[in-house]
Amino acid sequence: MDWLSKNLPFLLAGISVGGQYALIAIGYTMVYGILRLINFAHGDIFMVAGLMMVYLSASLPIYISIPLVIILTVIIGFTVERVAYKPLRSAPRMSVMISAIGVSYLLQNLALYITGGLAQQYPAIPWISDQITVFGASTKRVTVITPFLTIFLVIILVLLIKKTKIGMAMRAASKDFETSQLMGIKINNVISMTFIIGSFLAAVGSLLFFSNYTGVTPTIGTMPGLKAFVAAVFGGIGSIPGAVVGAFIIGICENLVMMANQYISIDISNFKDAFAFLLLIIILFFKPTGLFGEKQTDKV
Amino acid sequence: MKKKRDLIIGLALIVVLLVVLRILEVNISPQSQWAMLLTVLKKGSIYALVAVSMNLLNGFTGLFSLGQAGFMMIGAYTYAIFTIPVDQREMVYMYYDGGIIQFALPAVLGIILAGIAAALFAFLIGIPVLRLKSDYLAIATLGFAEIMKALFQWDSLGPLTNGSNMLRSYPTPASASVIYPFVVSGICIAIIVMLINSTYGRAFKAIRDDEIAAEAMGINLAHHKRIAFTVSSFFAGISGALLAMFQTNVQAKSFNSAMTYEILLIVVIGGIGSVTGSVISSFLFIACSEWLLRFLDEQHVIGDFTVPLLRSGFRKVVFSIIIMVIVLFFRQGIMGTREFSISGIIDKITGKSRKAKREGGNS
Repeated sequence: MDWLSKNLPFLLAGISVGGQYALIAIGYTMVYGILRLINFAHGDIFMVAGLMMVYLSASLPIYISIPLVIILTVIIGFTVERVAYKPLRSAPRMSVMISAIGVSYLLQNLALYITGGLAQQYPAIPWISDQITVFGASTKRVTVITPFLTIFLVIILVLLIKKTKIGMAMRAASKDFETSQLMGIKINNVISMTFIIGSFLAAVGSLLFFSNYTGVTPTIGTMPGLKAFVAAVFGGIGSIPGAVVGAFIIGICENLVMMANQYISIDISNFKDAFAFLLLIIILFFKPTGLFGEKQTDKV
Repeated sequence: MKKKRDLIIGLALIVVLLVVLRILEVNISPQSQWAMLLTVLKKGSIYALVAVSMNLLNGFTGLFSLGQAGFMMIGAYTYAIFTIPVDQREMVYMYYDGGIIQFALPAVLGIILAGIAAALFAFLIGIPVLRLKSDYLAIATLGFAEIMKALFQWDSLGPLTNGSNMLRSYPTPASASVIYPFVVSGICIAIIVMLINSTYGRAFKAIRDDEIAAEAMGINLAHHKRIAFTVSSFFAGISGALLAMFQTNVQAKSFNSAMTYEILLIVVIGGIGSVTGSVISSFLFIACSEWLLRFLDEQHVIGDFTVPLLRSGFRKVVFSIIIMVIVLFFRQGIMGTREFSISGIIDKITGKSRKAKREGGNS
């Protein structure tokens, strides 16, 4: 029991942060699946969602500001795609990626301009920010909710992709971009839809993430964004279950590092962030396309 | 004949450039508003080197690597660790009893060692990483840069790297004089250009254009990729050492992924696959971000009208919008894949004048 109360907080935090990474990672993996684009701006959209919540909740009641934040984030995600990625549809992949880096730069600098560089305090959302006790370990309720909410959302998403018409179009587009266009799929609608879904999940992720880590700074999106992308690559980029599994593994492992830190005499806590990358490099060494990735073959 | 002419003109231009730099340096006082020009020239030349080294990988070999900031960090740390004077070490390494290294190398040796250390790390990292392709390679190199960053801040390595505290008090010739970074960067860029024009360079370009075809033509892929990666990291390490001098202190956390993205932006704005493009764009990039747009950060009042939006941070917003416009509407960058060359311009002028003369003679 003593062991449990000492180590359970780390496991809980790992599962919860894994769920939050999963919600962001889905946005990366879906966009990559269709456009073959590392959407570097995704982590910053996550940050913008957090920042909007700070400003909206200051003047509006929480039950209005939460849906408003989600809607606005979706609109931003949609707009970014239309303005920065759509004009480059026929350009080489490098240009689109640079455009993504440009958007990320712009969003960060806008956030810096608006906040003045100070960390903004994220509002406490009633009920999910409450302190509760699980097996003698004290934590916020959001920690327990996150994995369930994540899995619920993933199931809905998988159903959407497997059963609906737009889902079928997405699968077709990720299989073969050009042929799907020839088959009459309106590719721009499909791409917009992936960005809408991705931004929606990022907004939900930001609600959960910032309830735990409450300081919102202009560059806070970079690290979770990067780790979520690592999770997506880890699981095999383009695969939604892969991204979710990868995100949970990375979330749990980085908290296991913190847990192990209690027992050994050397301080290894600053390897928490680096550990995700180490895992990635190890898995890529053995499976160059990730856990669930399809094997790539080059045709001459 | 022509080659000789180009060589003479090139050397003459270099001398003129150095003289102009020297004149600028002597005449601009640190208080004047032109003092920023010197900062831009110093930092621009340092970034030019790292941008060209990244271009060697991304533009000429087609290896999409995002580890440049990590290698710069290795270079910066190596330089700082080995050149801090012995009597200063007690103060710099105050939490680690003066550190474990108790000698100091001269600055020039420190720079070379910085490059060698970065190249050594690159060689080791390249063994597992260079088997990966495109985006996987990018994320793996980015990951290695992050791991390095954590390693250099590790408390257990404190006697060597000073943990998460900054390193300072080392000799800083590149911050004292504009000419120093120009000469070092210039020599390094010249070496890179020579490499690109050699048989190795042609093999790199073949790999970029089509890996399978290149392999079929008898190019050893693994060997050439490793050379490109190691050489590029060597020069990234040297530019890291120069940056350490310029900043007068080194801290691992400033070498983050945002820095790599910045360098990548410079390369792309200059034109992927153009050395001169990278050089021009790094000066432009640094000038815009540090100097030319600075007026946007201050409040301006024209008559009774206060210009809206202008306050601290607005410069960066405008700057990122400019970058977006360039990326969206000038996809090729400033130079595309062309090179800017003096002899090309001279040929154009003299060719035209000769033509004009002939036409004049006929009539």
